[in-house]
Amino acid sequence: MNFDTVRPEPVEGQGKPRGGFDRLSPNGGVLVFAWGNASRGDDALGPLLVERLRALALPGVECLDDYQLQPEHALDLLGRERVLFVDASLACAAPFEATPLTPQRDASFSSHAMSPAALLQAFVDVHGRTPPPATLLAIRGERFELGEPLSEAARLNLEAALRWALHFLR
Amino acid sequence: MTDALETAANAAGLRRVAIDPVSRVEGHGKVTILLDDANRVQQVRLHIVEFRGFEKFIEGRPYWEVPVMVQRLCGICPVSHHLAASKAMDRVIGAHPAPPSATKIRRLMHYGQVLQSHALHFFHLSSPDLLFGFDSEVQQRNIVGVIAKHPDIAKKGVLLRKFGQEVIRVTAGKRVHGTGSIPGGMNRHVSREDRDMLQRDIAQTLAWAEDAVAIAKQLHAANRELYDAFGSFRSKMLSLVRPDGALELYDGVLRARDESGAILVDGAADQGYRGLIEEETKPWTYMKFPHLRALGREAGWYRVGPLARVQNCDFIATPRAEAARREFLAWGGGAPVHATLAYHWARMIEVLHCAEVIEELLADPEILAGELTSAGTRTGHGVGIIEAPRGTLIHDYDVGEDDLVIRCNLIVSTTHNNQAMNEAVRQVARQYLDGHEITEGLLNRIEVAIRAYDPCLSCATHALGRMPLDVTLLDAAGGVLDQVLKSADGSLVR
Repeated sequence: MNFDTVRPEPVEGQGKPRGGFDRLSPNGGVLVFAWGNASRGDDALGPLLVERLRALALPGVECLDDYQLQPEHALDLLGRERVLFVDASLACAAPFEATPLTPQRDASFSSHAMSPAALLQAFVDVHGRTPPPATLLAIRGERFELGEPLSEAARLNLEAALRWALHFLR
Repeated sequence: MTDALETAANAAGLRRVAIDPVSRVEGHGKVTILLDDANRVQQVRLHIVEFRGFEKFIEGRPYWEVPVMVQRLCGICPVSHHLAASKAMDRVIGAHPAPPSATKIRRLMHYGQVLQSHALHFFHLSSPDLLFGFDSEVQQRNIVGVIAKHPDIAKKGVLLRKFGQEVIRVTAGKRVHGTGSIPGGMNRHVSREDRDMLQRDIAQTLAWAEDAVAIAKQLHAANRELYDAFGSFRSKMLSLVRPDGALELYDGVLRARDESGAILVDGAADQGYRGLIEEETKPWTYMKFPHLRALGREAGWYRVGPLARVQNCDFIATPRAEAARREFLAWGGGAPVHATLAYHWARMIEVLHCAEVIEELLADPEILAGELTSAGTRTGHGVGIIEAPRGTLIHDYDVGEDDLVIRCNLIVSTTHNNQAMNEAVRQVARQYLDGHEITEGLLNRIEVAIRAYDPCLSCATHALGRMPLDVTLLDAAGGVLDQVLKSADGSLVR
């Protein structure tokens, strides 16, 4: 199979490879993976946190983000020491909640997005092995309308979550 | 039929079910089933998503920004919006057609997008629970058996998606928030290095795509009675086709067939879609109900997407997918296939077609060199229609002399399928509702029917803590008989 020959995609501002079937080879280090839509108000919380972390260029930490979590992201988890997932949440208490994750099969009626626990299950299905230790950082958001800016409450939650993430990644 | 579907005969005596603001904004699925005095299913309404705000999000923006920013409308099909907007803006600035190189690179991007999107369903076939709920009956064990014979479905599905995303990356510039397509053409060629990289994997992609078609066919054969009958109903079908009648996903003319497969409309130009399609609003949902204008609201609704496309066309211009299409048509015995679950089979045929088209385009030297943009006399108006993974996607813009978008109208695939999804859920409710309780079996089947169409959801729906399915059963007087909320983790709240 030639699928491990695909050239990796450079990550803007980070100089690290991204994407491609080279993800069948171990990646290494710690992965911070966020998802969300920057044009939907507080849905931008995850990508904004990753943007802040990426700017710090923490050694041994790779930062990725996407619109939504999907099964192919299981390839990004391979070989990681641990993984920190980051998303906006309407369910958690402010300012954020951090929860360890275990694989769980998704029962959604939609294929439009996966939960991080379902992604860990996809990792098991695809790679046939236990996924790396994973933690979900859920940052409380309030408003998700198209075209809205980040709310003030979410901005404060983001700062608190960033402080926690820096401690977690230390 | 339409009235029976949406408006109960004694509607005045029924309680109107309000859509609460959270469901509008966050796109959780809501199904309301109304019974008549004899406890028969009288009315079913599927409330999904809001698309309000899309047009306002775009109006007032400079036209050249639009192909990039519309990708924010959908986290699943950003490339479809990117290209539909680009095609419309080609017309706005009088740069139609885009040069051959630009058109071929855009086409490559689009077929990569459809392949990767459809491959998601291939991946999900790995979980029979997702295909057919958690209460698999004896008759469904055959389906589980088919899937068990293909333990590597999940891995193939993931790698096919990855290949499609690589196609997008090398054409759009980035896998996410691509900027490759611009009004008038493209801003980049495919590099020789990237082309070579994709060519190394295309043979494997084709082989896996053929596997996908075979598995979909085996699933249908494993339980024909179930697959043919589940949520099945007759409908008209609409899609783009190539002017010569071939399957076409990037650019073409509009064709509609009636329930028996006879052509109703053919060769309709994309720029005149408003003469063909009318959109109706209803008080109970923000989603519009498009229909063929000439046939009116009652008779003019239709289905879009893979099931419509593979049957609307006269042929597929790539040999392996054409062979698969013929097998699919043979399944219908000369009559159109209307089964809701046949969407999955049709999707896999399109995966194969996409892989074949990508192979052809990768061998075309014009993706590596040639003019990238056209120029012409500005018209200020343009329509771009594309066949997105879930069906026909329409972008329609007016742009002022100051370069700002004055008016915008979008009809997304899920809106076209709105009536059809309601009908599919109603069929399932009629078939499986027993008594006054929403059983887990009924809930699962409703989910299966919705999932076959894979409706677009608001991009905010993934925010943690949202995306439940809410099914409510009402009696003839509007009283709640039962209500179940099911979360994505499978937990039920009654």
